[in-house]
Amino acid sequence: MEHTSLLERILRGVALTLVVIFFMFPIVWIFMMSFQTNETILRIPPQLIFEPTLANYTALITGKLMTAAGTLDIAFMRNLWNSVFLSVTSVAVSLLLGVPAAYAFARHKFRGSEDIAFTLLSFRFAPALLVLLPLTLYFQKLGLANTYIGLIWVYQLICLPLILWIVRGYFEDIPADIEYAYRIGGHSWFATFRKIALPLAGPGIAAAGLLAFIFAWNNFVFALVLASADKQPVTVGALAFITSSGIQYGQISAAIVLSITPTLALALYAQRYLVEGLSLGAVKG
Amino acid sequence: MSASALTISGVDKFYGPIDRGVHAVKNLTMEIGKGEIVALLGSSGCGKTSTLRMIAGFEEVSRGTIAVAGRKVHTLPPVRRNVAMAFEGYSLYPPLTVRENMAFALKAARLPRSEVDAKVASIAKLLEIEDILERYPSSISGGQQQRASLGRALIREADLHLLDEPMGQLEPQLRAVLRGRIKHFIKERGLTAILVTHDQTEANALADRIAVMEGGVLQQFDTPDRLKERPANLFTGTFVGEPPMNVFEAFVGTAAGRINLRLPDGLSLDYDKDAFSAPVRDQLLSRERVVIGIRPYAVRRSKEGVPARVSANQWLGDQTHIAADFAGGSLVLVEHDRTRLDLGAPINVSIDPKNLHVFDQASGMAISHGMELA
Repeated sequence: MEHTSLLERILRGVALTLVVIFFMFPIVWIFMMSFQTNETILRIPPQLIFEPTLANYTALITGKLMTAAGTLDIAFMRNLWNSVFLSVTSVAVSLLLGVPAAYAFARHKFRGSEDIAFTLLSFRFAPALLVLLPLTLYFQKLGLANTYIGLIWVYQLICLPLILWIVRGYFEDIPADIEYAYRIGGHSWFATFRKIALPLAGPGIAAAGLLAFIFAWNNFVFALVLASADKQPVTVGALAFITSSGIQYGQISAAIVLSITPTLALALYAQRYLVEGLSLGAVKG
Repeated sequence: MSASALTISGVDKFYGPIDRGVHAVKNLTMEIGKGEIVALLGSSGCGKTSTLRMIAGFEEVSRGTIAVAGRKVHTLPPVRRNVAMAFEGYSLYPPLTVRENMAFALKAARLPRSEVDAKVASIAKLLEIEDILERYPSSISGGQQQRASLGRALIREADLHLLDEPMGQLEPQLRAVLRGRIKHFIKERGLTAILVTHDQTEANALADRIAVMEGGVLQQFDTPDRLKERPANLFTGTFVGEPPMNVFEAFVGTAAGRINLRLPDGLSLDYDKDAFSAPVRDQLLSRERVVIGIRPYAVRRSKEGVPARVSANQWLGDQTHIAADFAGGSLVLVEHDRTRLDLGAPINVSIDPKNLHVFDQASGMAISHGMELA
């Protein structure tokens, strides 16, 4: 253990608390809003003490939104399911395509390999809005607009370069001789990939997958344009709360709480992999 | 020599396009018999590791063929070459213990558990790593990792064992002990081994024959003794041997029935014509300029002789290395007694023609060693 004086520890604690409060405040505030009605939320001045209500969550889960103008159907649970389905499938497809590709780029230098890798990365440079118009036209021609397959395909623009480039770095960090040692011991390159390279890059792959999942989950603009109501993820679905009779802050907050919960849970679960993944370089070959 | 364990014929290695890329190994041809231990000796970048990796199958052979135990293997994947290798960078599998790492090498052989355990135990004893068998590679020292890696290679039964700098990280005492044990182990089992090293002591101690490489070219492939006594060219002459051979350019002249080898700074080595054997004398007299080489052990101090001036004097505990300014260069001589000579002290040296190595001035190829033609 490092030795620190009492004063130093107190100061450090205070500083950390300030930072945590600063960053956590919006989330805490949203969490509190999700248990309030629009009236209590919009009180001026805002108050910390209120009578909690589960009405927002009930409305979201039952899909019936009561407004001053009447009852409104909302498809939030459907949106949430869409988000889960789209993100999980996109990341799975990206991992399936990206991890072997990353391995190939890391281990085999061939003519144009750098160019191809860079082209794949460049997908992330293009502003989404610039790509969207031609993409929409093509997708309508091909019958891919408003399909899960079409959306998952477009989501590869987000996930694939990310996974490819992060995982490639991890593969490059594994000394090639470890794989050679395995191959010369009487194993094929595919067995080497499965038994040596994949496990050693495992934490990196998990980290890349998690990041890709978060990016896919947070995507808004592709789904907004390419999907209709029944295929929309939560990010787009939240627009439904801006109704003719006003903005439903309570429901929006509850929707946010529900939609960040899966990513948060996943991040907490995968935290140890992330840390392991980042310290992989410390393992001597 | 018994059946051939490895035949390399006309092998070229280019990094990058053939004939345009970096030419790392040039037209290499060598044959290694079964049960031989051969060292590839050379400085960094001489092509020795490239050669080893081509044999193992990690580098493509640009041109030529490689055969292991009579089987052409240079187009086969490493898995089908039946060679074992110890890597310079150890390359142990991080998630496995030392024991598992070594046992893992036997996995493909599908041996019964008890036999694997017995083999691991005996190799671990040989390499003095019994106490770290349950540890993970990241928690042991470089020297221990190197021994584990060596063990992983030696435990296997293969047509060829390739050892890349197998003892570079070990402490000197341990290295000396292990050299003997490993040689005994290899010889006892009749294994064939190729080791890559830049340490000539290691090559001399372990190898039956040494292949000296430089600039991608095999300079000489011979026994340690013959490398010292009959270097094929100036490179092997100066590369093999510690301290290195003294080398001077000389003009060949004759005067009054004597042969003079005129050195820079107006110095001259004078010999009676009959001091050389007839063929050597003819060779000498047919040339105007040669390069002469003298091993430091063969330089004698004498009353008569060519003058030199002491520039350094080191007592190494068992011998003295004296460096002297001589003929525009530096001459090193070794004496077995402790010699007290001050810096700048004048000495006279003489060189017996029996100890003279003569090389061609242009090509560097050996002309004669002592009384015999090269």
